[in-house]
Amino acid sequence: MSSITTREAPRGFSLQEYMTCLTGIVWREGLRFLHQRERFVSALVRPLVWLFIFAAGFRQVLGISIIPPYETYILYEVFIAPGLMAMIQLFNGMQSSLSMVYDREMGNMRTLLVSPLPRGFLLFCKLLAGTAVSLLQVYAFLIIAWFWDITPPPIGYLTVLPALILSGLMLGSLGMLISSGIKQLENFAGVMNFVIFPMFFASSALYPLWRVREGSPYLYYICQANPFTHAVELIRFALYGQINWISLAVVGACTIVFMTAAIFAYDPSRGLARRGPAGGEG
Amino acid sequence: MLRAGLLSGLVLAAAPAHGFIAYVSNEKSNTVSVIDTDGWTVTKTIKVGQRPRGIEFTRDGKFVMVAVGDDDSIQLIDARTQAVVDTLPSGPDPELFTQDAAGKTLYVANENDNTVTVIDLEKRARLGDIQVGVEPEGMTVSPDGKTLINTSETTNMAHFIDTASRQIVANVLVDARPRFACYKHDASELWVSSEIGGTVSIVDPGKHEVIGKVTFEIPGLRKEAIQPVGIGMTKDDKTAFVALGPANRVAVVDTATHKVTKYLLVGQRVWHMAFTPDEKYLLTTNGVSNDVSVIDVAAQKVIKTIQVGELPWGITMAPGIAP
Repeated sequence: MSSITTREAPRGFSLQEYMTCLTGIVWREGLRFLHQRERFVSALVRPLVWLFIFAAGFRQVLGISIIPPYETYILYEVFIAPGLMAMIQLFNGMQSSLSMVYDREMGNMRTLLVSPLPRGFLLFCKLLAGTAVSLLQVYAFLIIAWFWDITPPPIGYLTVLPALILSGLMLGSLGMLISSGIKQLENFAGVMNFVIFPMFFASSALYPLWRVREGSPYLYYICQANPFTHAVELIRFALYGQINWISLAVVGACTIVFMTAAIFAYDPSRGLARRGPAGGEG
Repeated sequence: MLRAGLLSGLVLAAAPAHGFIAYVSNEKSNTVSVIDTDGWTVTKTIKVGQRPRGIEFTRDGKFVMVAVGDDDSIQLIDARTQAVVDTLPSGPDPELFTQDAAGKTLYVANENDNTVTVIDLEKRARLGDIQVGVEPEGMTVSPDGKTLINTSETTNMAHFIDTASRQIVANVLVDARPRFACYKHDASELWVSSEIGGTVSIVDPGKHEVIGKVTFEIPGLRKEAIQPVGIGMTKDDKTAFVALGPANRVAVVDTATHKVTKYLLVGQRVWHMAFTPDEKYLLTTNGVSNDVSVIDVAAQKVIKTIQVGELPWGITMAPGIAP
């Protein structure tokens, strides 16, 4: 523990050293993901269940209207695809936070944090690694969805990439922020109940906001304030080669806020250390 | 590979100029909307008579004929000035009409008096009437010009009329409420859509008998909601598109097997359709949602939907590129 708390602020590292650290962390996260086949399968099964079963049942519920970025009538499956892509990232973000808690319990976190590089950079690398994993999942989902007649314009597969990176970073940093407050693995169920479900359901992932507004104006305002809604909309527009500027601003701002807060929370002199060590870390 | 994909994507994004003009009759707002396919925008709305439905270009591309049912006539819109310039006589409540290959004779189905009116297009004069079944609607002329087909909605028949003698030579019973008739370009088959029957009957024009039926089934939709109306046949006769009314879908049919290969979601109560002259796009009128959907024929995908007037019914494409 002392190595964490008494370490001096590092300075003067070369770009190469930063890159070594970055690739190391991303590589480890990637390997870990690939070795956990169940995780990959479950990450895909979850949105596919929504797509194949839920969407099929709800086909007629939405009625017909044309909302941007769509230029014609669309099937419900097409509508929820961006929401499911964001859902993959949301779960992945939370999964990463779970792995942070696990790492802390198992002591792996110590190995990571003894690196002389700035802690903020280390955490950013971890976020990038998590986002990269989520990209793999999202693109695998898009390939399967293509066979389900969800065929955005070819350019959309490229234009959606920056949107996915940004939303992945936002949801990842939110997960990291939450993980700083969770001391034990068992508490993760709470995260599901209090973060994932409300964020997912009170958003534009499953229903267009005009439809939510018809049902309840208050819920509509909640949905609008939900950063996850903006992650969904950012992805939705980007998938059709367009930019939703409001969503971009919200997601960008939230990413900065969550990331700063997460780095702050993991700072030994303030966040993590003050609360005291947990599990195997102590 | 990536570069090629990117390039094709960019090409797709910057859709090439095609510059065709479509005219859409709006049954309720008594107007005709003019759509420029280069940008897919409504460039003009022309005031016409009461209840415009059937609409078609003259063969020379100079005029658009529109049947104004409640005014019991057919109006002529000058394609250059986009204004109504003349009126053709018809029987009461003209609904759909067709013309011969030369564009000299017009045949008009008059819904309310069970007749087909024959009009000389050059003289703009009425030549006579042919008595047909109750509520005549669907109209088409065989590719050789010798046979006129008329379907009567209540009699549930396709009448084969000899264009020279103007006599009915055969009647073929089809499913309930036949709305539209369309020949294959090689004249080997006649397709007749039945709105209430929910089928398209394939008729052998030589033997005058039904040789097959196209049936439709859309998961989650009641059978009654599937009401086939307009039919569009590609020039190679390989693919047919069938508008399914309140099912809000256009069925893509393989003409060899007579089976539906795909359903395309369009606006509400899709009615009639028209190809662009290059056959790249198919435009459908969606009556209840007051819009026109654009189908990319090769990709079999709906790419755009454009708002027009109230209750769009018929659609016709200018034969050439816009001036």
